[in-house]
Amino acid sequence: MTITEPTITRTATTKKPVLEIRDLSVDYGYDDDAVHALKNVNLTLGAGEILGLAGESGCGKSTLAYAATRLLPPPGVITGGEVLFTSSRDGHGGDLLRMSDRELRAQRWRDTAIVFQGSMNSLNPVYKIGKQLMDGIRAHEKMPAHAMRARAADLLSMVGISKDRLDSYPHQLSGGMRQRVMIAMALALEPEVVIMDEPTTALDVVMQRQIVEQIMDLKRDLGFSVIFITHDVSLLLELADRIAIMYAGNIVEDAASSEVYHQPRHPYTAGLLHSFPPLHGPRRELGGIPGSPPDLMALPSGCNFHPRCPFAFDACPKIDPALGPTLYGDAEPHRSVACLLHDPAVGPGRLPDELAARPAG
Amino acid sequence: MSTLHEADDVSRGTTSPAVLKAVGLTKHFPVRGPGNRVVHAVEGVDLELQQGRVVALVGESGSGKSTVARLLAQLLTLTKGEITLDGTRVDAHFGRKFRRYCRNVQMILQDPFASLNPIHRVRYVLTRSIKIHHPGIRRDEREQLLGELLTRVDLTPPERYLEKFPHELSGGQRQRVAIARALGANPRVLLADEPVSMLDVSIRIGVLNLLRDLKDRLNLAILYITHDIASARYFADRTVVMYAGQVVERGPSEDVTQRPAHPYTQLLIASAPDADLLGERAEGEARGEPPSLISPPSGCRFHPRCPFAMERCVTTAPPIFQVGEGQEAACWLYAEDATEERRAAFGVSA
Ligand SMILES: Nc1ncnc2c1ncn2[C@@H]1O[C@H](COP(=O)(O)OP(=O)(O)OP(=O)(O)O)[C@@H](O)[C@H]1O
Ligand SMILES: Nc1ncnc2c1ncn2[C@@H]1O[C@H](COP(=O)(O)OP(=O)(O)OP(=O)(O)O)[C@@H](O)[C@H]1O
Ligand SMILES: [Mg+2]
Ligand SMILES: [Mg+2]
Repeated sequence: MTITEPTITRTATTKKPVLEIRDLSVDYGYDDDAVHALKNVNLTLGAGEILGLAGESGCGKSTLAYAATRLLPPPGVITGGEVLFTSSRDGHGGDLLRMSDRELRAQRWRDTAIVFQGSMNSLNPVYKIGKQLMDGIRAHEKMPAHAMRARAADLLSMVGISKDRLDSYPHQLSGGMRQRVMIAMALALEPEVVIMDEPTTALDVVMQRQIVEQIMDLKRDLGFSVIFITHDVSLLLELADRIAIMYAGNIVEDAASSEVYHQPRHPYTAGLLHSFPPLHGPRRELGGIPGSPPDLMALPSGCNFHPRCPFAFDACPKIDPALGPTLYGDAEPHRSVACLLHDPAVGPGRLPDELAARPAG
Repeated sequence: MSTLHEADDVSRGTTSPAVLKAVGLTKHFPVRGPGNRVVHAVEGVDLELQQGRVVALVGESGSGKSTVARLLAQLLTLTKGEITLDGTRVDAHFGRKFRRYCRNVQMILQDPFASLNPIHRVRYVLTRSIKIHHPGIRRDEREQLLGELLTRVDLTPPERYLEKFPHELSGGQRQRVAIARALGANPRVLLADEPVSMLDVSIRIGVLNLLRDLKDRLNLAILYITHDIASARYFADRTVVMYAGQVVERGPSEDVTQRPAHPYTQLLIASAPDADLLGERAEGEARGEPPSLISPPSGCRFHPRCPFAMERCVTTAPPIFQVGEGQEAACWLYAEDATEERRAAFGVSA
């Protein structure tokens, strides 16, 4: 039940949209005890943007990635919404959720591509890297064998791996190199949108930095847009233009990276920022967030975050807040938050200090 | 007591005696196949843990951190080196001395899902730990101890958790049970191998804060293994940096993270995400791949990736040099006769 109208027209991006996810809902299971993994999720990716999607384990990040590309495996079911793709190159596009299988096959990897979570471990151990790259290309494009091999070699060197690695087996490559091979595969058909699900999580920081730099270089050269999924907000603050924060299947805050960092508006966002010790600057005592992430099978009533929220008030267990404007309203046109503190009709009308940093400008 | 203490006497040096001391820890794993090849997983590592202090061990994946912990926990036999507890050497894997050692030195593993047997309730897990380490304890004493252990790790009221199975607990709660189990032995040393990296980000700090409280109250010595150097700064008094099985730098955490001396530590720090460096980051710093440990690079193992490598780095392994108060680095740039090179590498100020 909500009292605020969902404001799907309110988009945080200031760019022309390439991918618009509207009211997307996903369940796991079919009957009464289905888990509602995504609930009316709205998210817009602007052309040339890196949009970060952050949240704790189990909040639905991968589900969003799979559903938006229609790769959701059963028992996952898309129960509503649309995913609109609009090419920024020639304007073609449509609703991915309503495309025929044929249209979808033509679209996939060419318009939107995905790097799956943990995919660096999904390379087939018995085939050489080169063969696996060429198989990927062959599924979409016909060309002579030597041209195919040249293309595979180009892809490898594009991600900073020398061509002689075409004949290596996956186990002969480091984790970071395997991850770069997976990125090369996703980029093989020069897609406009690339969804990367935790592309660096299993890697140590030095390797993570290499991959991130690689992605930035490639994005500059090839001009694609990225949805970058991770639980590491500190990485996103640096990398992403915008960040959407998820909690228990909802987007709870959507704003520019610098706004998320300097003026968080949702108590959960503020809590996340207090969960990462700083490497530089003054050392400070941190508290993390009390309690633990919720079980989707037994979600708290009203706002799902209220049992862990230091600012919860009497309305929070009763009303499920929708993603809408912040309390500063039109002073912050390009960001949104799902929190009753920001709803003048039920909230106290002012924000706790921690969430009240004035909008810039 | 404020626990965010500045680097003080103890973190600077070794003013209080070590509980657990390792000298020249070395572990070679044999490689299957022809030839007598080995993985040089850990080579000549010195480490000291003191009562009421946390030492962080950081380094990239495969640098040998877990192997060091498993050697210290006596889960692996040493290839070379010596471990002493309160000055007493432990070299047999049986007998009274060994049992005393195992009771005093407890390990907490990374994965709270794998480290607790799914078929046992919390009560069983903790009772077993208590029985092993307190043979002949009376039943009522045991019950009381059970409650105390759970209370210590903030699982209160204890009755709510005693009859639960691991799958009925959240990741953070499971890790707390694993900590309670370790505490059941009344240990003096905790070896925590990435105790929070499998936990959700919002609850990691909670578990670290808990470990810190326990350390203060029980005067524990803690080895904290992590690849997150920012959390080492937050939690540990001293930080030891490993690269390819060897210690390359050690010192007070604040000094090691704010003024890293070894080029590898500098790379590690420069690579870590930092929102405050937005847009200021020099690109292209992070280069190269981890080395082979079967045939490790000659001389300094970091030299193939080091932007400052000199001739002797290729031929001779560097000794560890004093670079600051209580801070040491194994790098030829800090040799007395390398002033020129050091200036060229780090600028005039260094
Ligand atoms: N096949 C499935 N059947 C039932 N529930 C599922 C299934 N797959 C996922 N879920 C549930 O859906 C929720 C969202 O899962 P999802 O994998 O999208 O999370 P995530 O945010 O990607 O987490 P992580 O950070 O761990 O990758 C979880 O609570 C999970 O338990
Ligand atoms: N039982 C074993 N047999 C052979 N080699 C091993 C064995 N255990 C570890 N190694 C090797 O020793 C090296 C050090 O491994 P270790 O697990 O100590 O690294 P680590 O620093 O803990 O890495 P991570 O951060 O990935 O946990 C690695 O190269 C590893 O492959
Ligand atoms: Mg996921
Ligand atoms: Mg390890």
